[in-house]
Amino acid sequence: MSEVATVARTAGSASPALIAAKGVSKIYTMGDQTVRALDDVSLEIGEGEFVAIMGPSGSGKSSMMNLIGALDVPTSGSLSIDGRDISKMSSDELAHLRNRTIGFVFQQFNLLPRTPALRQVMLPLLYASPKPGNAEELARKRLEQVGLASRMDHHPRQLSGGQQQRVAIARALVNNPKILLADEPTGALDTKTTAEIMQLFCDLNEEGITVIVVTHEPEVAEYAHRTIVFRDGRIVEDRQQSGYQRRAAE
Amino acid sequence: MSLFDSLFVALSALRTNLLRSVLTTLGIIIGVGSVIIMVAVGSGATSEIDKQIASLGSDMLVVYPGASRVRGRSAGAGTTLPLSERDLQAIRDKVPDVVAISGYLQGSAPVVYGNMNWTTSIGGIHDQYLTVRDWPLAEGRELTPQDVMSGARVAIIGQTVAEKLFGGGDPIGAGIRIKNVPFEVIGVLSSKGQSSFGRDQDDIIFLPITAARGRIVGRSQVVNDQVGQIYVKFDPRADLKVAQEDVEIVLRERRRIRPGAEDDFNVRNLAEFLKARTAALSTMSWLLGATSAISLIVGGIGIMNIMLVSVTERTREIGLRMAVGGRRRDILTQFLVEAVTLSLLGGIIGVAIGIGGAAIVAFSAEWPILINAQAVMVAMAAAGMTGILFGFFPARRAAMLNPIDALRSE
Repeated sequence: MSEVATVARTAGSASPALIAAKGVSKIYTMGDQTVRALDDVSLEIGEGEFVAIMGPSGSGKSSMMNLIGALDVPTSGSLSIDGRDISKMSSDELAHLRNRTIGFVFQQFNLLPRTPALRQVMLPLLYASPKPGNAEELARKRLEQVGLASRMDHHPRQLSGGQQQRVAIARALVNNPKILLADEPTGALDTKTTAEIMQLFCDLNEEGITVIVVTHEPEVAEYAHRTIVFRDGRIVEDRQQSGYQRRAAE
Repeated sequence: MSLFDSLFVALSALRTNLLRSVLTTLGIIIGVGSVIIMVAVGSGATSEIDKQIASLGSDMLVVYPGASRVRGRSAGAGTTLPLSERDLQAIRDKVPDVVAISGYLQGSAPVVYGNMNWTTSIGGIHDQYLTVRDWPLAEGRELTPQDVMSGARVAIIGQTVAEKLFGGGDPIGAGIRIKNVPFEVIGVLSSKGQSSFGRDQDDIIFLPITAARGRIVGRSQVVNDQVGQIYVKFDPRADLKVAQEDVEIVLRERRRIRPGAEDDFNVRNLAEFLKARTAALSTMSWLLGATSAISLIVGGIGIMNIMLVSVTERTREIGLRMAVGGRRRDILTQFLVEAVTLSLLGGIIGVAIGIGGAAIVAFSAEWPILINAQAVMVAMAAAGMTGILFGFFPARRAAMLNPIDALRSE
C-alpha cells in the first residue's frame, strides 16, 4: 500500500497491452433492425492496471465487458487478450481462455446453490486441463486469501452477501488469472460491504492482477486508477486518476 | 471436466430434487421391473417345458387310436378300432430305426398294502416302456419279456405310491393288491416330478400289459389284445417326420384303410406339441416385452421433460460454468450423465422391484422363475440407452446456450 507501489502501478499502463482493441464494433441483429452496441472502439489496457468501465445502460459497457471476458467475439475489428486475437477463436478456445486468463465476479455472485464454499471455488479447476492434482489445496488458499478460512464448508445460504461475493472472488482467482473482471460487483451490497470488497480488489491489484470493474457507481469507480466512460457505443472519456478513495480508506 | 466430476455433479443435482428425481424415474422403474418379472416368469416356464421335453424323450412318437366321425362330428378318441398287439408288432417289424416300443394301457385303481390304501394311475406296459421313456428305476428290476408274455403279477411302483403305501419301508418283494388281484412289487421308479400339466408323474403303478388287460383295465369289446396307446422310441439320428410317415403307412396298411379314407389313429410327436406351447409362451413374452418397451419410452419422455425443466431452471448455472471455462461438450456431458444416472438409478430400482415381484409370483403362484443375468443386463442397457436417447436433446439445448444470455437469465 505504499506510495511507491501506487506509482509503479500507474507506470504499469505503459507496459505491453494485456487487452488491445482495435476498431472493434459489435452489432446485434434483432429481427430486421440492427443495434450497434460498440462502434469502432479502440482501447488498450496494460498488465497490472485497475480500470473502471462506466456508462449508462445501453452505452456499450456491457458489450465491452463481454468481449473482454471472451464471452463474445467482435463483429468487426480485432481484440487481443494476452496477445491472442479472440475474433478468430473457436468456442472451445474461448472457453479455455476464460478458464486460464480471466476470473469473473458477478453482481448476483452466481454461486451454485447447496454447494459448500470450497467446492464453489474449485469449480474452475474442474474445467482446467490438465486438472491440477491439488485443486482442493488451491481453493483453500484462495478462501484464506479473501478472509473466509473459517467458512470453507458453508453453503451460500449460510453466508452474508459480502461473504458470498468473497467466495465468488476466491473462485475467480483460483486459476491464477491475469484479469479479474467484475460486473457491478457491489450492486447487491450495502455501503460498508462495498468498501470492504473494493478494498479487496485494491489489495489484489497491488499483488499484480489486472482488475477491470464495470460499474455505474462513481464511488466504486473512484477506487480505480483509470476510468473509461462509454456512451452510445463509443468511449467518451478515458482518464487516469490517483485512486484516492483507497488511500482515504487506509 | 472428468466423467467422475460430472457424475458427482449429477448426483448432487439429483439429490437436490430427490422426490422429483424418483417420480421422474417411475416410468423406467416400471419398465425395467416388468421386463425382469416377465423374463423371469417366462424363462422359468420355458426351462420347465424344456425339462418336460427332455423327460418325455425328444425322439419319441405316440400313436393314439383315432376318433370316429359321425356325420362330420368327432366322437372322441378311442371310439374307433382300438390299437392292438398286432399293430404294435407291425410297427416294430416294418418301420426302420425303432429302438424300443411299448403299448400303454391306462387306468386307475385302488391299491392296498396291509392296512394302507391309495388310489393311483395304472399303466399296463410292455417290457421296453421304461426304455422308451428314458425312465430309470430307483431300485429293483424292470419287466422282462417273459413277465409280459406270461402276464406275471408283478408291479413297478412310482415314488409317490411307494411313499403312500410303504412310508419309509422297503417295497421290493412286498405283496400289494390292485382291485383285489395280488401283485408283487419288483421295482421302484426314480422320481420324475410334476408334468407341465401339473400332474404328479410319480403317482403311478406299471404292470405287465397282459396282466393289466381285462383284470385291471377293462377289456375292449372289439379286440382282445388291445394296447391302448403305442409309444415308439426311434434312433436319435432318425428323422422323426419321416418316422411318423412310416408309422402311418404301416398302420394304414395293417388296418386296411382304403386310400383316400381318413386315418383311424393319430401319430403325435409330443416334443413338438410342447414346443408349440413354448412358442405360444414366447409370443406372450414378446407382448409383455412390447409393453415394457412402451413403458420405457414413456419413462424416457418423462426424463426428457424433467431434464428440460432442469436446464431451464439452471440456465444461470450453465452460464456460470461456461464463464469459468466449461466447454460446450462439458455441459453436454454433464447433462447427459445426469440423464443417464437418473435412468440407471431407475433401472437399478426396477431390477430390485422386478426380482422381488418375480419372487412373489414364484411364491404365490408356485410358478417356477428364473432370474437370468442376461435379462438384468439387457434391462439396464435399455434403461441406460433411454437416458442417452432422451437426455441428449435437453443436454444439447444446455450446451448450445449463449453464455451471455445464460448468465443474464433470471
